[in-house]
Formats: sequence, structure tokens, C-alpha cells
Amino acid sequence: MKFSEKWLRELVQPAINTQQLVDQITMAGLEVDEVLSVANDFSNVVVGKILQAEQHPNADKLRICTVSDGSEEFQVVCGAPNARAGLVTAYAKIGAVLEAPGEKPFKIKKAKLRQVESFGMLCADAELGISEENDGIMELPADAPLGTSLREFLDLDDKIIDVDLTPNRGDCLSIIGLAREVGVLNKAPVSYPEINDTVTTITDTLSVNLEAAAECPRYLGRIIRNVDLSAKTPTWMVEKLRRSGIRAIDPVVDVTNYVLLELGQPLHAFDLDKLQGGIVVRKATTDESLVLLDGNEIKITAETLVIADDTGPVALAGIFGGKKTGVTTETTNIFLECAFFNPIAIAGKARGYGLHTDASHRYERGVDWQLQHRAMERTTQLLIEITGGDVAPITDAVDEQHLPTLKQIKLRHEKVNAMLAFAMPAAEIEEIVTRLGMIITETHDDSWSITAPSYRFDITIEVDIIEELARVYGYNNLPSKMPSAALDFTPRAESKVNMHNVRRTLVARGYQEAITYSFIEKGLQAKFDDKNTGIALANPISAEMAVMRTSIWPALVKTVQYNQNRQQSRVRLFETGQCFISNGDDIAQENVISAAIVGKRHPEGWSSDNQSVDFFDLKGDLLALLELGGCADEFSFVSDHHLALHPGQTARIVRNNETIGYIGALHPSLAKEYGINGNLYLFEINQQKLQAGKLTEFSELSKFPESKRDIAVVVDEQSVFETLKKIITSTAGEYLKNVTLFDIYQGQGVEKGRKSLAINLTWQHPSRTLNEEEVNSSIHLVVSALAEQAGAVLRD
Amino acid sequence: MEQIKDLLAQACSAVDAATSVSELEQVRVEYLGKKGPLTALLKGLGKLSAQERPAAGARINEAKQVVAEKINQQRRDLETAALAIKLASEKIDISQPGRGQHLGSLHPVTKTLERIEQFFGSIGYCVAEGPEIEDEYHNFEALNIPSHHPARAMHDTFYFDAKRLLRTHTSGVQVRTMETTEPPIRIICPGRVYRCDYDQTHTPMFHQVEGLLVDRGVSFADLKGTLEQFLREFFEDDVKVRFRPSYFPFTEPSIEVDIDRGDGKWLEVLGCGMVHPKVFEYSNIDTEIYTGFAFGMGVERLAMLRYGVDDLRLFFENDLRFLDQFS
Repeated sequence: MKFSEKWLRELVQPAINTQQLVDQITMAGLEVDEVLSVANDFSNVVVGKILQAEQHPNADKLRICTVSDGSEEFQVVCGAPNARAGLVTAYAKIGAVLEAPGEKPFKIKKAKLRQVESFGMLCADAELGISEENDGIMELPADAPLGTSLREFLDLDDKIIDVDLTPNRGDCLSIIGLAREVGVLNKAPVSYPEINDTVTTITDTLSVNLEAAAECPRYLGRIIRNVDLSAKTPTWMVEKLRRSGIRAIDPVVDVTNYVLLELGQPLHAFDLDKLQGGIVVRKATTDESLVLLDGNEIKITAETLVIADDTGPVALAGIFGGKKTGVTTETTNIFLECAFFNPIAIAGKARGYGLHTDASHRYERGVDWQLQHRAMERTTQLLIEITGGDVAPITDAVDEQHLPTLKQIKLRHEKVNAMLAFAMPAAEIEEIVTRLGMIITETHDDSWSITAPSYRFDITIEVDIIEELARVYGYNNLPSKMPSAALDFTPRAESKVNMHNVRRTLVARGYQEAITYSFIEKGLQAKFDDKNTGIALANPISAEMAVMRTSIWPALVKTVQYNQNRQQSRVRLFETGQCFISNGDDIAQENVISAAIVGKRHPEGWSSDNQSVDFFDLKGDLLALLELGGCADEFSFVSDHHLALHPGQTARIVRNNETIGYIGALHPSLAKEYGINGNLYLFEINQQKLQAGKLTEFSELSKFPESKRDIAVVVDEQSVFETLKKIITSTAGEYLKNVTLFDIYQGQGVEKGRKSLAINLTWQHPSRTLNEEEVNSSIHLVVSALAEQAGAVLRD
Repeated sequence: MEQIKDLLAQACSAVDAATSVSELEQVRVEYLGKKGPLTALLKGLGKLSAQERPAAGARINEAKQVVAEKINQQRRDLETAALAIKLASEKIDISQPGRGQHLGSLHPVTKTLERIEQFFGSIGYCVAEGPEIEDEYHNFEALNIPSHHPARAMHDTFYFDAKRLLRTHTSGVQVRTMETTEPPIRIICPGRVYRCDYDQTHTPMFHQVEGLLVDRGVSFADLKGTLEQFLREFFEDDVKVRFRPSYFPFTEPSIEVDIDRGDGKWLEVLGCGMVHPKVFEYSNIDTEIYTGFAFGMGVERLAMLRYGVDDLRLFFENDLRFLDQFS
């Protein structure tokens, strides 16, 4: 909420300057966003009147004006379209200095415009930093005293304070609310505007029926006839409204807005002659609609509270008035509405219609339920001062049963002390509580019964009062200490692989960690996953962020693309995070780790091998992760297919017969589509399955030598090493320790369509040296099994 | 005896003339070997008289020893010289870069998260995690934010349908923990959170760490102390910390915490408060026995302050030149 500092100081006068005031209310929980000047600095600008305005002989758009400052007349050349005889405006005299933030001060000197002399300048709002208005020079009231300094006339030595109020402090959405708070903080008296009941001169009333009394327990209405809407709103009111960011429109709107700002009570004025029959406050029925004051027609949903007459809804209760019954320049008789709506009946409703009004903002936070009568009288009083009119009595429709009540809240001294870790003296508690306008209804040895004033509807339970005590006492004045607690150990499963280690392993292997958005473009998602549909957001921020990812790959590929476009040809990335898979009504949210590599195997350097990465580089890195859990042998790779991967370079990663991820080369057509240079390799694996490790179980070290044998076998080039390895391990006997593939060869000496694999086998017996015959017979078994089961031929 | 003297001189000059270990070995075989002249002399001792024999033998052995000594010395010299040459030829340019993978890097958000986890871990907080697609109940309802509450507007929530949404904070994890755990509770909940907001200072996804401590006798002072110490440890600096009243539906009192790192400017870094009794009621925790505090901080914001990053959006562009700076 924006407000004029001067206006506030009319009600409360603490002996502090603007900055101190701003700091003080900020530290009391009313956070000040910014402080603005009401106008730029300027001097020697006075109220002037254009006596004559003649066309400039040499310029179509210029006029030669004769301007009076009340004592002298001056010739001023002016280009504003509204420069006309009779206009009272801002006149910067010779010698005036206009300043604007960030610009050099501008001094007004005698000038010649197209051969005509000009003595000074007539100013627009924007030129003085009063508003953005720059369409013409200022239009001041006709009775503004000529020659008076404009600063003085408009009371411009003022600041606009913009305070960002939290939703619980609806009571501060008004000048009296802010003044009350400043009064509390400074122990300063607050002078509230004097509000008297207006003397009524007519007896007309409109019936008010509270059909929805729970939502609207109080509705005050009043007829005022013969208002003169051609009357001008006084400058002081226009200026106060402007400083709160509200434009003056007509006296009725201006006065209701003024009371809204002053007291925090929204009001609405209907054109009485456009209302048919009495007022009904009710829930909307289906199929009702309303054209709002801004001209937009809305369909009203059934839960919305409306103000209706015999013809249907005439306003969205607490939100916005209807156009048909709105006040216009032709209006002479009005019906004023001043109601208390239950916040729950209004909350969220405006948002549902894409609306947010000053009224709805206040009603949904809560308005003082005891304020309506005073607000109605205040409005009447201010309005008839401007427009005149015949005032009828107030129709006061109220349902006491649904009005809020003043609750008794028990405050225990011991609770205050325990929560604040500080023994606040009883007298101080009582003083602060009273200062806040609360009433102590009962005092006991160690507790109080307290009622909060009707405007502090946010105070309902004991802890709310403790907060107020802390706030007024000052959060920073309260003690501070470290908590004491039992020194319990935090359980940690040693066998579980810590994700910190997983990340660091990849970092040590040259990977950089990426974090991409969890929502991606729908089409991109579909190109990487044909098994799952990305769960769609109902209100995505853009098409690029529309569905939840089912894999991190699409975003990693896009990230590679982003970096390749920035001259990074070697990319090694990983990301950890959740993926979202829809299973009917359930959503599986599983954590995965995903990686992508492309470009040279090693960073460019004087001795690097210049080769690009391939499948096995990535597989090696993945194996390093699988080894972290101490049970790498539980994982296996099965040749398979995946929508996003090269059909000949894809492996499904399996643990205990369960698929836990994929590794492979990005499908060349996707690589082409996304402009990826070089072969890109990807893996993605379920974190939980990766993390499930095994506790190390020591096995005795053999004191006896290992026996090693190398064999080279020629097999079909489609043969899979894993299959050969299985044949070897199942036939080489129980003392086989290790099988290592150490060379793969195709070319001269090996017929086409075949390949030669060189394999090393290592045996070791735990308690004796294996003899030559034993090893030879094992090798013999292995070779014949390979020949039989895999068509392998021993190479010589 | 002249013969011995000559032989000795000959052997010595042969040793001196040897320029390699193998030449030297030839000299050794030539003079000291079984067929060498000194051995022959020894064999010839039998021809001498019994009186002459001991003295002659001694002289021959002495000569053999001299030659052997000389050879050993020469061998050492040759080896030293050869080694020196070899070493000289093996000199490398140690300024050339090392070989192999360079170190990669953790994302600055992860780095920051891990530091926060370590600080709180060191005083007994456990990490709790939860779903990012959350239900209305855990994200709002159980945190005392009913559907009509104005605070919902502050959250700019991404929805899937009437009940499911992307969590706007990690507080849901706190609720889930309180539902299933008896106090005392000490947890921190790190993770991704989402708000429907995208401009220079907002990204629709960011990271939070929230913390919760529930125990007997937890006070406002405990909250202040914990966060003051955390912020000083985090920034490794004696930052000024101030506590400003604020409002969150799930805490009462509610506080925003600002820091001043010495330039006189207050920067908001986290929100916190004492757990609201309604929140405890939702989770069936007896408010007459237990009190607690909760806090939440934006990880990107802390990372920006810590590392001097000036644009939030850099965190999610994943430009290698950015990421590389955090290795």
C-alpha cells in the first residue's frame, strides 16, 4: 500500500524523520518497499493563469500566452494542446530551476521561440515529476490562488511510502491503521478523524435482504438524492488519492476511495435510479452474468456472493460493481453500500475471475466488522460537502448471529517466558497488550484474559499475543542461544552408497554437474520416451516447460547443444534428480542419475590421444559408479533397443532381473535433429538401485601363486563377450579368479565376419599351488566349451 | 719381482684406458682371471724356495688387490658418468600440463546444499526428502493455508489438477515427517521447489532447504541462535544478522532474517518462525508438551551471495564456462 507520509503525520506525530519512520515500521513487520518523492525538486514555480492564448505566427503547434501570476503579466510561448485562455496552471518563472533524478538541473531563462520572446514555461505533471502525465500542461482548480508557490499549493514536500503488508495485517491497509501502529510503536497519541452522524433530510430507504447472512452479516445502505456530480473534488483529496496511486474520477468515486484509504472500509455507490426494487445479498445462481464497471462481461460461478436487485446481479460482492447501475455524469441520486463480508466468502474469488481490486484486497484479508457505520457517516459527510444532496437514514441490515465476536484469549505468563526464553515482567506485558488496543478483561496470578480489538482479527490464540509482545518488544532485543538436545547419533547404513560419493566420482572423472528444469517441452519429451507420457501442467509457464520429464536425457541433450553452440566441443555432464512417471492415478517419482558425453576422450593437450569418446568410455564411468556399492557383479548389461538410442549401441542395465536403466549412443536421427556434433553417449540409472550396496566381507588372501593363461579365439563378429565369459566361468573350475578381455582383432589372418578375442584367465587356489596339469585341463575344458557353445576356434 | 711391477703398471693403465663397464670387465678377466698373468704368477710360486714363497705370494696378492681395487674404482666412476649422461638425457619440461581427465565440477547449487547439509548435520539434523509432485494437503492445508487463504496467491502454484501440484516449498516433507515421527525431530529438507514466476529475479524452479526442530522447551531464542550461528558459519564471516517480524501461515511468530555483510545494506536471506500450533495439531503433536521452530532458505540466493553470482538464470543455463568455475 502506498500512502502519503504527510497524511499519516496528520494523525500521529512521532518525533522521528522519514528514514527512522521507515526503519521503524519495517522492523515492526510492515516492510517498506520504497520511498518516493511526491514531486521532483524545483523552485520558482507558481500558480499562474492564462489570460490570453494566441496562435504563434510562425509555428502551427505553438501558442503565445499571456500569463498572470496575480500581480504581473508575462508572455509565454507554449506548445501544449490544452494551453487556453482561462486555464490555471503551473508557471515556471524566469530563474526557476527544475530538477529531475539523474539529470542536470534545468534553469528557465528568457528564450526566443521562432522569433517570439518567451518569459518562462508552463509545465506538465511529468516535467515536475508529479506524475507520468505529459499530454498537456497541468490543469489546476480555477480558484487556485495565483502567484502561490506550486509546492505550497499542492503540498508537495511529502514522501510516498510504499509498504508491502503481509496478508495478516489487513488492519494496516488504511491510514488510520498505519497511524494506530505508528502510535503503538512510538507511544504517541493518534487523532482519528471526527465523524458525526449526518442530519438526515429525507426518509427514502431501499430494502436490504441478507439472504446469505453467513457471508454478509452486515450491510448498510443509504440513499442520497440530488448530488451534483459536476462539482470538483478538492485538490487536497485528489492529491492524497494520487499519492496512494489512485486517480481522481468524480466526487462519488473519489470520496469512496478516500474513505477506503482513510479507514480501510470499501464502499460502493450505485445509481439509485438504475436499481430495480430492493437489494438482495445472495449467492449467485447458475447462468448469471454481469457486465462490470470496466465493461468486461463475466459469467458468475455459483459460489460467488453477489449484490442483486430485482433484475439480477448488480455487483460482485466485495470485488467490483456492475456497469449498468454504476454512477455516471448523469447520476443525481445514489445508493451507498457499506458492508462487512466474511473474508472466506470473498477470498480467492477475485483471483478466480482474474480480478484484483482495492476492495477485494481488503475484504479477503478482513475488514473491521465494527467499522461500517462510521465509514458510512464519514463518506456521507465528505460527499455532501462536495456535491451537496439530501441524505436519507441508513438502512442497517445485520445478522448478529453471523457477526464475528470478541474472543477471550487466555495468556499465560509462563508460556510467554518459555517461548521467548526471557522473563518479561507482568507490568510490561500488560502495558504492551494495552498499548495494542487489547482489553485485559481478567487478571490472574499467572495469566490474563484478553480480547483483541475488532480490527485485529488476526489475533485469535495465545501465541498470536506472544508474537505481538515479541514484535513490540523488538525481535532483536530478545535473547538468542543455541538449543540443547540429547546427543543422539544419526543412523547411517554403511552399505548404502552416498549420493555425495556418486557425484564426486563423476566429478573426479571429469564430469560437470548440470541442473535442468524438471518440466520440458511435450514434443521433446515424446522423442525420448514412447512408453510414458509426460504429466502435463495445467498452467505451464510456456510450451517449453509444459510436461514433467520422464527422463533427464532430453534436457541433457539440449544442454549439450547449448554448449556446442558456444564452441564447447567436449562436453561431459551429469545430473541427478526426480523423473515423473504416471501409472494411472499414481505418480512414480523416482530419483535417477543421468550422464552425457561427447567429443574427445581427453581434454585437448600435448600428449592426449586424439580419439573421440565411444560407448565404452561411458560404460567405464558407469561401472565405476556401480563399483561404489561393492557389488558390481550384480549389475549386467543386456543388448536392447531404446527409442532415443542407436539400435546397435544400446544396453539395458539390469539388476536382479529388474531394468534399472539404459546406456547407449544417442540415435543418429535425434543427434541430427538437435544439431549435436559428434557421437553423444548417454546413461540413466535409478539412484535407489545404484545406492543399494553391500557391506564388504573379507575373504582370506591366498599365499599361493596365481596361474595365468592367455587364449585367443576366433568367433563370429556378432558374438557377445558376456556370453563367452559366462561359458568360461562355468567351465574353468572353481579356482578361476578372473577373466580379462585384453585384445580384440579383426583384419589380416582373421576371416571376414569373424573376430579374434584375446582373453586372459587367472586361477588361484586358496591353500595350495595349482599344478600345470590342473590348469591345462581347465583350459582344455574352456576351449572345447567355447567351440561347442559359441563356435569359437582357437587361433594359433 | 720386476715382472710384478710391470704387470701392475700394465694393468693399471689398461684399467684407466677402459671407457665402458664392458671394457673394464675385459681388463678384469685379462689380468685377474684364471688365465691372467697374476694368476699364472701365483701358480708359479711352487717353483720358488720355501723361504721365498711367502713373501712372493704376498706381493702377488697385494698386486691383485691393487688391480681389483682400481677396477672397482674405475667401475664406479664409469657408472656415475654414465648415469649422469643418462639423467641429463632424461630431463623433462616439468611445466608441460599433466595428462588425463581434468577435474569436473559440482553445480554451485549442489555445493551450497552440501555445505548447508554439513552444517546442520554436524549438530544432529538428518536430511529428509519427499515428492516434488505434492498434494494440496501437504503443501497447503496441513500448513494452515486453507484454499481461500490470501497466502496462496503469494505462492503462484503450478497445478496438475484440483488436488495435485508442484510443491511450492519443501515444507510438505516436514509435515510428512511429523506425521510419522515422534519428537524430538531435527531435520532439514533440501530440494527443488516450483513457483509460476519467471523474470530476472525469479526462475520457475529453484532450490530450498527447510529445517525443523521439535522438542520440549524449544524457544524463540533457540531459533535466533541457530540461524545466527549458521549464517556466520555459512559466510565464514561475522555478518550482522537481524530478525524482522513477518508472516507465514505455518509459523507464529514469523520472522524474516536479513544480513549485512559490512556494506550497510540489509539483504533478506531466509524466513523462519516458531511452528504454528495448528500445524502441530494437523500432525497430532501435543502443543502443550512440544514447541518447535522451522526455517526455509533459497539455495540459489545463498549461492549468489556466497560466490558473487549476479544473475539467477545462470544456474539453469548450465554453460560449461559457468559450471567450470565451481570445481
